[in-house]
Amino acid sequence: MTDTQLAHTNGSTTLDRNGSTADHIAPPGVRWNYAAAPETVKVTIEPRYGHYINGDWTKPNSTFTTENPATQKPLSEISNASAAQVDTAVKAARAALGPWSKLPAKERAKYIFRIARRIQERSRELAILETMDSGKPIKESRDVDIPLVAQHFFYHAGWADKLAYAFPGATPSPIGVCGQIIPWNFPLLMAAWKLAPALACGNTCVLKPAETTPLTALRLAEICHEVGLPKGVVNIITGDGRTGAAMASHPGFDKLAFTGSTEVGKKIALAAASRGTKLTLELGGKSPHIIFDDASIDQAVEGIIQGIYFNQGEVCCAGSRLFVQENILDQVVAKLKIRLASLRVGDPMDKNTDVGAVNSKAQLDQINRYIALGQSEGAQIHDVNPSTLPSSGYWCRPCFFTGVQPSHTIAREEIFGPVLSILSFRTPEEAISRANNTPYGLAAGIWTDKGSKIFEIARKLKAGVVWCNTYNKFDPSSPFGGFKESGFGREGGVQGLRAYVNLH
Amino acid sequence: MPTNTTTDRLDILKTYKLFIDGKFPRSESGRTTTILNSKGQPLAYTSRASRKDLREAVESARRAQATWASSTAYLRAQIIYRIAEMLEGRRAELIESIHSVAAPIAKSAKKSKSSGKSLTPAAEVAFSIDRLVHYAGWADKFSQVLGCNNPVAGPHYNFTVPEPTGVVAVIAPDQPPLLGLVSLLAPVICSGNATVLISSQTNPLPAVLLGEILATSDVPAGVVNILTGDHAELIPFIAGHRDIDAVHGAASGDSATTLRAGSAENIKRVVIRDSIEYTSSECESAWWIEPFVEMKTIWHPASA
Repeated sequence: MTDTQLAHTNGSTTLDRNGSTADHIAPPGVRWNYAAAPETVKVTIEPRYGHYINGDWTKPNSTFTTENPATQKPLSEISNASAAQVDTAVKAARAALGPWSKLPAKERAKYIFRIARRIQERSRELAILETMDSGKPIKESRDVDIPLVAQHFFYHAGWADKLAYAFPGATPSPIGVCGQIIPWNFPLLMAAWKLAPALACGNTCVLKPAETTPLTALRLAEICHEVGLPKGVVNIITGDGRTGAAMASHPGFDKLAFTGSTEVGKKIALAAASRGTKLTLELGGKSPHIIFDDASIDQAVEGIIQGIYFNQGEVCCAGSRLFVQENILDQVVAKLKIRLASLRVGDPMDKNTDVGAVNSKAQLDQINRYIALGQSEGAQIHDVNPSTLPSSGYWCRPCFFTGVQPSHTIAREEIFGPVLSILSFRTPEEAISRANNTPYGLAAGIWTDKGSKIFEIARKLKAGVVWCNTYNKFDPSSPFGGFKESGFGREGGVQGLRAYVNLH
Repeated sequence: MPTNTTTDRLDILKTYKLFIDGKFPRSESGRTTTILNSKGQPLAYTSRASRKDLREAVESARRAQATWASSTAYLRAQIIYRIAEMLEGRRAELIESIHSVAAPIAKSAKKSKSSGKSLTPAAEVAFSIDRLVHYAGWADKFSQVLGCNNPVAGPHYNFTVPEPTGVVAVIAPDQPPLLGLVSLLAPVICSGNATVLISSQTNPLPAVLLGEILATSDVPAGVVNILTGDHAELIPFIAGHRDIDAVHGAASGDSATTLRAGSAENIKRVVIRDSIEYTSSECESAWWIEPFVEMKTIWHPASA
């Protein structure tokens, strides 16, 4: 595509997203038609679920519906935990704490290893369930989420009897009863990130999955039961923000761990302040993704796609602010359009789907609000993906904006959707200062083939994870977490254990 | 009028100022506090810092931080060791600064577990110097203890390095006025943070002396800024300041709650030290450095 054509399409795409624009026409030869390849294995879902407290299931009460965001069809009725039920769960965890923390560490490890194994054995069922409840493509839940969940338990299991090596010069002991509140974008993976290190360090837990994605966490409760985990060590309660608020203000927790929005994280910090409850927060991001002119451009374009469209962009570390060196901007934008047009948006259960359904109506509304803001503030939308969206469900065609100014809302606030803001820069110094010009500091990406430049930029970026010539890679041995307002504490790696021990 | 007992000469009562950006300004508020000696007579005057002074100090720390962090760890180690050397050379003066106002403090200190009650001024100065030497030695080692390579399951080279958090407010305990301050300060600056230090309220003299020592040391201007004043007045401003990244503070009760609530403002890292026995070796640990560093994990493909 020539620069003239590019300028033309830039000018012609500020139309209604539902309308047909010149930008909608995919470049020739980049799209293949695939036959449908749906995952056909059926999983059983109970019509109603209670909470898993003290090794037992409560009777379902004051339920709400969890639906499949790709079809809007109800999946199950989920109980909303009251403050009294939160209290019951905390008491169960408290009662279990003594025996669990005093168990020989090797035995504790074996329970966690068992959980890891059962997750591997039931991985297909878990992947299908995850996709049904969250809307994420089956190829991601099957190849990324669930394998990482199993690996996370496996990695941490082995730490249980080796904690002395993790804290040289100090003696670790369990913190106690942990309250853990997790988001809906990686439902089971976030449960694993919270539970595995907590259990390995000898703590007991009350975990609340997100309101819209409780099913895999409830399945994990089944697995805990199945492997004979002592009652009360893991309690899983479901509910909405009110249950979360009841947890944040419950005096029985020795520690609170939260992953979610910065807004809610600040409320939890405030609630915990008076009691001095220990806290880890993994909050929002607006991560910069920097492409230098000496990068391998095709690989960088692939990285950009991975960075912003993985999991519908509903990723706290999404590379949502793209900084492209000025002299390659047109080239990168042109290549990005071709690649964006080839993404397959649709049925998450189809094994060929790249971008699935947005998790909820509320989230879709938020994304659409930002897309409208981007246009009204003067940025140019590139809405070139030709996928036909299903008639029911919550869908957002992946897109990107050019002509974005640092002051634009879409360049400053976390959208949590498949929407990329493209900005440019001239010098490395400018890239660093613009990249760091945000209250967030979760992740960052750098693309250049020059080694010394990578280390210089990586050192100067204020971010907890820096992906160089790659993006959105995760591993249980690799700590994850943010600088600045993206939170504190790490999850994963030896550093992640620190959040679940007291040191003497 | 207090007079020197050995001669008839009238003492010069010094008015100590704040230490901001390597300079010694008065409080913009014009307020001072009278420091009494053990007999209840005026010994000196200190500046009572205001919210605006705090803001100036934070700006100074922010300006100084990046350069301090990017200096080599070996250089930071030597500079902190140099502070210890300079304290050693001014032991007598430091002992006098603790001793001269020590008596009225002892009564109130009995209530607190962290009184350092059997600590003589001479021992306190010795502990303080040794603590600085301890942390001087950490500057070029802590990242080897707290960071590591990570064996990720894939063709990537992956490692984690600790980096300084940024601007840290250090709130010294009232007692012991020098050792408490040094114990909270040293682990923060050795990793490359810049600080705004609030001195002991009841005996700010060792802190102001430290400021005078730092001014002629190799510590770059702005890395340590020292304010004297009223803790209850300054703590809410510290908690609410959006450009303070972390707090290492001796506090309890409502002050501690106020500081922790500051987390809700800008996700500050808040570490409260209460009931610390400052002479104990628990104050000498890489785990006192760890709360004021941010773990950065870097990924790079390791296959062509």
